Amino acid sequence: MADPASSRAQPSGATGVLVLADGTVIWGRGFGAAGSAVGEVCFNTAMTGYQEVMTDPSYAAQIVTFTFPHIGNVGANAEDVESRVEGAVGCIVREDVTEPSNFRSIERFGEWLARNGKIGLSGVDTRALTRRIRQSGAPNAVIAHAPDGKFDIPALLKRAKDWPGLEGMDLAIRVTREGQEGWEGGYWRLGHGYGRAARDATPHVVAVDYGAKDNIFRNLVRAGARVTVVPAKTSFDEVMALKPDGVFLSNGPGDPAATGEYAVPVIKALLDADVPLFGICLGHQMLALAAGAKTIKMHQGHRGANHPVQRVGEGWGETTGLVEITSMNHGFAVDAASLPENVEQTHVSLFDGTNCGIAIKGKKAFAVQYHPEASPGPQDSFYLFEKFVGGLG
Amino acid sequence: MPKRTDISSILVIGAGPIIIGQACEFDYSGTQAIKALKEEGYRVILVNSNPATIMTDPEFADATYIEPITPEIVAKIIAKERPDALLPTMGGQTALNCALKLDEMGVLAEYGVEMIGAKADAIDKAENRQRFRDAMDKIGLESARSGVANTVDEAFAILERTGLPSIIRPSFTLGGTGGGIAYNKAEFEKIVREGLDASPTTEVLIEESLLGWKEFEMEVVRDRKDNAIIVCSIENVDPMGVHTGDSITVAPALTLTDKEYQIMRNASIACLREIGVETGGSNVQFAVNPRDGRLIVIEMNPRVSRSSALASKATGFPIARVAAKLAVGYTLDELTNEITGATPASFEPTIDYVVTKIPRFAFEKFKGAANDLSTAMKSVGEVMAIGRNFQESMQKALRGLETGLDGFNRVPELEGVSRDVITAALSRRTPDRLLKVGQAFREGMSVEEIAAVTFYDPWFLRQIEAIIAAEREVQKDGLPIDAPGLRRLKAMGFSDKRLATLAVRSVGVAGGLAETQARRSGLLHDALVAMAGATSEEEVRALRHRLGVLPVFKRIDSCAAEFEAITPYMYSTYEAPSFGVSGSIGPECEAYPSDRRKIVILGGGPNRIGQGIEFDYCCVHACFALGEEWHGPAFETIMVNCNPETVSTDYDTSDRLYFEPLTAEDVLEILRVEQQSGELVGVIVQFGGQTPLKLAQALEDAGIPILGTSPDAIDLAEDRERFAKLVSKLKLQQPDNGIARSRDEAAAVAARIGYPVLLRPSYVLGGRAMEIVDSEAQLDDYIATAVNVSGDSPVLIDQYLRDAIECDVDAVCDGNEVRIAGVMQHIEEAGVHSGDSACTLPPYSLPPEIIAEMERQAEGLAFALGVKGLMNVQFAVKDGTVYLIEVNPRASRTVPFVAKATGQPVAKIAARVMAGEPLSSFEPFRRDLPYMSVKEAVFPFARFPGADPILSPEMKSTGEVMGIDTSFEAAFLKSQIGAGMKLPRAGTLFVSVKDTDKAAIVPAVRRLIDHGFTVIATGGTQTYLAEQGLAVERVNKVAEGQPHIVDKIIDGEVALIFNTTEGWQSLMDSKSIRQAALAGKVPYYTTAAASLAAAAAIATVGPEQLEVRSLQDYYAQ
Repeated sequence: MADPASSRAQPSGATGVLVLADGTVIWGRGFGAAGSAVGEVCFNTAMTGYQEVMTDPSYAAQIVTFTFPHIGNVGANAEDVESRVEGAVGCIVREDVTEPSNFRSIERFGEWLARNGKIGLSGVDTRALTRRIRQSGAPNAVIAHAPDGKFDIPALLKRAKDWPGLEGMDLAIRVTREGQEGWEGGYWRLGHGYGRAARDATPHVVAVDYGAKDNIFRNLVRAGARVTVVPAKTSFDEVMALKPDGVFLSNGPGDPAATGEYAVPVIKALLDADVPLFGICLGHQMLALAAGAKTIKMHQGHRGANHPVQRVGEGWGETTGLVEITSMNHGFAVDAASLPENVEQTHVSLFDGTNCGIAIKGKKAFAVQYHPEASPGPQDSFYLFEKFVGGLG
Repeated sequence: MPKRTDISSILVIGAGPIIIGQACEFDYSGTQAIKALKEEGYRVILVNSNPATIMTDPEFADATYIEPITPEIVAKIIAKERPDALLPTMGGQTALNCALKLDEMGVLAEYGVEMIGAKADAIDKAENRQRFRDAMDKIGLESARSGVANTVDEAFAILERTGLPSIIRPSFTLGGTGGGIAYNKAEFEKIVREGLDASPTTEVLIEESLLGWKEFEMEVVRDRKDNAIIVCSIENVDPMGVHTGDSITVAPALTLTDKEYQIMRNASIACLREIGVETGGSNVQFAVNPRDGRLIVIEMNPRVSRSSALASKATGFPIARVAAKLAVGYTLDELTNEITGATPASFEPTIDYVVTKIPRFAFEKFKGAANDLSTAMKSVGEVMAIGRNFQESMQKALRGLETGLDGFNRVPELEGVSRDVITAALSRRTPDRLLKVGQAFREGMSVEEIAAVTFYDPWFLRQIEAIIAAEREVQKDGLPIDAPGLRRLKAMGFSDKRLATLAVRSVGVAGGLAETQARRSGLLHDALVAMAGATSEEEVRALRHRLGVLPVFKRIDSCAAEFEAITPYMYSTYEAPSFGVSGSIGPECEAYPSDRRKIVILGGGPNRIGQGIEFDYCCVHACFALGEEWHGPAFETIMVNCNPETVSTDYDTSDRLYFEPLTAEDVLEILRVEQQSGELVGVIVQFGGQTPLKLAQALEDAGIPILGTSPDAIDLAEDRERFAKLVSKLKLQQPDNGIARSRDEAAAVAARIGYPVLLRPSYVLGGRAMEIVDSEAQLDDYIATAVNVSGDSPVLIDQYLRDAIECDVDAVCDGNEVRIAGVMQHIEEAGVHSGDSACTLPPYSLPPEIIAEMERQAEGLAFALGVKGLMNVQFAVKDGTVYLIEVNPRASRTVPFVAKATGQPVAKIAARVMAGEPLSSFEPFRRDLPYMSVKEAVFPFARFPGADPILSPEMKSTGEVMGIDTSFEAAFLKSQIGAGMKLPRAGTLFVSVKDTDKAAIVPAVRRLIDHGFTVIATGGTQTYLAEQGLAVERVNKVAEGQPHIVDKIIDGEVALIFNTTEGWQSLMDSKSIRQAALAGKVPYYTTAAASLAAAAAIATVGPEQLEVRSLQDYYAQ
């Protein structure tokens, strides 16, 4: 009997394929880099900002399904980049990428992907794929692009099946910086591009990079801080040696439990030393774990640039109950029921009530599950950077 | 914050009649708002003069006032009802202006009425150009260089700063009436003068030209806690320079990076915050320089709008409903999106498809007006289409427009012409510019060349270029023979019909010849099919089905499938299959048809003159009536429509909604899926006007059951020859008539009948191209035009019953019984299109025996035609004889008026009858009405400078109002005020009437002289009136030299005009009088009967004496 995979008739003109670990084969047209890559298939519902998504280290070892059908319209440029390290390994889109049309574009999205070793697959019913992910979880898969249309489906299937998956995988260590770096970029303005950071600014924020998006640092600079970025495994003593006024805990990819093994003890020590802390996404989960709370795998993750989050609890004054529209990308959440008495819930998701923010009582330490740095997404939550930087020194 | 308990009753102001710039989207918004407020337990009082709206159905508001929307009348309603609050944001500019005026007059303060949704100051700040500009400066948002002028001199001073070309926008006018773009100083002065005149505050904004910049809109919702969300971004394919209502638009924005989009998002929210829109929806418009991204704020509307209706339909977020809840104190976080049932109202919708809107125009109705698009809106309707990509969405929209397009049809006049000619054609902003772009690609022009002239974004142009390239492939090679190849074309949005046309051309002979051959049966046809793949729409469909290339249906869920939503709101698309372990898994379809007994209601498509809100009203009533138990079981109701402005496409009107073009292909695919489960009881094609009727044959051929009156009976009624046989069988009398297929035949028939005759092509709606001709010379002229309009279809010739009284009879029949719902008497004599005539219910001057005779004839016709459902019959009464004009055994334009005037749910009962219930189940219609209702038509002449503002057999009105009162005079006066006519109390009356009207006009003139008017008249009329002993002064006709009557009108010396004409020459001669009257806003009547009615109304009732009363109160009598 022939391998069942060989019966998955390849349509003429198919130069790309997605092979899921369960044997499903989805044909399409390849673009970007040629070759194949293994990863977890996830989705993002933002309608703008594909270049930022593809360079977000939180998407390391992931293949992003864009739910918006036209991706690549505005081409690629040198500015809309969120890190210099590995982001998503590939992307799946409904429509073939078109010639770009935007005054900021300097190259085609496909060329940019190819230059960055990322694989694209178009001509896929991305809505059907998204619904499948919603219903049965993010599958492991291989994305492949062969301009000659030749694929060894059984081999690709074996690779998808053999891949261990993200669970238990410490990806932060793969995407973090190797050494410390004085952050020099400012924030972006139309017609001006990125500014420069004032290196003599105070206060001084040490940012721990678990796979950070650059826009976080730009926002810290915008809020008035001088930023030094340090690798994920920087020890408590090494952090303190930099004489920080506050420490920032970044977002990042992978399983929080795996990263937490080395990150949590450092954060505990920082808390004990009363160092002001601010965390985002994975950094939020790390802070919660350090404070004694638990994280849980969500029944349904949040992945878009349109999620409402509400301010709750004490300390908001007149703005209690205000709603922010936020960018989100997480499949784990802090279990609100597990918060110790000294930890206050500050933000909740209006979609499902899951925890979206915490503050440690009596300390200048807080964190949010979502992405106030936006990029892509709404910029409603910039105030968090001001709150953090403004409260230092 | 919970809802407010310090208010318990709320007055909602509607938008009044359908006019250009303000169509049924405000019925959609208002209906949603009223439902939302009622849900919260508030007492809702509604005022709207438009009887064709769903919102004025008596079961919606607690007190429904069909009264003119003027500050004086609304003040009376306030005095009577004493509402706690006024919601002014649901009724367009009409409601905002009325509310501002009530505030200014102190009425709101006097009665302690609080404005909710938007405060007077916020409205003023958004609408007043200078204040808005200052507000934008304050928050650092750039505006175009501009200035506000109240005089022509001031305007020229501002021009020094802005330079030419310059944009002129009058303050406080609808859809930019009176504005325009000036390229030289002469044009500038002309437009400024018109703008100052059009503005109620004599104010215009002069702006630097942003021609060619990209244009965007953001739909924003904000609550009183300062939560704000963007519901939708919209990008205009037509760049700046074309009114957004006249622009082709797409959602979401497609050519912005995230950084630019977020700038626009922040700016939109900052704008609402600064203007002070505390609770509700607004839209903010931006211009973006494509070269550097420079962003300029154009304007904002502090209310729901046409765009917010589009955004609601495009995303599945009910803006008006949410805005109404916010207005009474809720905040966004407290509300859920009722459409999805899964997402909170504070969630910004994200979509995984592309939405295209294309406006529909009616320039052909207004001969003499140029079809150039500018900053003043001119379109009368719009189509919206949803596809998984831009091409599919765009091509679906083109065929949904129902202007004879199957996609990017050829533009024959640009075929093979020089580049210069094409470039010149592209540079004009005309309604068909998109098709010209397609043709330019066919003629070998490049994206860059076309972009340089049109300023369309290259991204859109490349998409169109790809469509044209795909067309070329089919033209060259015929249709693909494999599923992936055909699927690729279908996924680009090509209709079967367009593919058939293209495939035929592949055969290599001249297209026209091949099509003729293809239509012949036999071997030749088979050979052609073998070469082309298919040569007709049906053959393409058969091929497609054989290859398994079928559309699937996706859901509109506001979240791009991130969450499980229950939305029964769908669109079609073509998707590729994926492959599982055991082979192909077909493309995923989310239709999930139910196992219920279902009825499909086909809607009316885009609004146009002759087919508008009245038909949507009927479709909505069919959904309401069939969706619930009522003397019989409930059915599952399934709505198909593509008009985003309508109530029929609201989320809770039907059980399931397909937002699809109304073509045979699209509808049959829906029915195929719906028949997979449950029982399709039938399809209703008789409620949506001509649009669904045109599909009846294709549905019958496919074996689909059609409910109610058979399409054959409808055809019989519309086919002159078949109908004539029936009429003679029933021994009824029709005006003498004949049919002609050539010029000579027509001349012979007309000579036999005797002039004047009424000429028209067969099978048209709205009486397009009808004309009364008085001589053979005019007939010759008409034949040339008519043949252009109707191709090779015959011309119909009728005896013209001069001065006859025209009547409409609406009835319902179940096969065993006929019930007359209402008899209407037209005020204008026969010859004016029935849609353009004012009419009364009950008849105001007909003897009972004539009414009884018309009812008898209607009954006989209903049985003879086998009517099951609604029927409308038009009669003309002359010298005591009843002539049958025409029968429409389907829903007609008059149904909502009859329902409102009589308080009977006529359309609902008819829908149940169509589903098989006997009329005997329902209460008899009430016929003895102790009050009088007058319907008056509303015209868009002011939008079409150059066209003659006169009534004729060709329908030109866009909407209607109703006046209701105990006397004819008061009801008529209300109808005139509601239609925007300000009848004078005193002043100078100008009279110029045709000979046959001279005797008839005397009592009207006498009445007004007695009332204190002075009267002037031209030669013949003056002589005649003087002979009757009336004091009338003579004034020069235009041809008699200056100073003449037009000078007097322009100088404001004339307060009222009675001007009737007949015959080609006198019509031409008097055109300048009507145009001057229109420009000077002088009320004018062009028929003797209407002049009499106006005189009676002026002489009998003063506007201050008018009383207001709710429908509920009238019905309880």
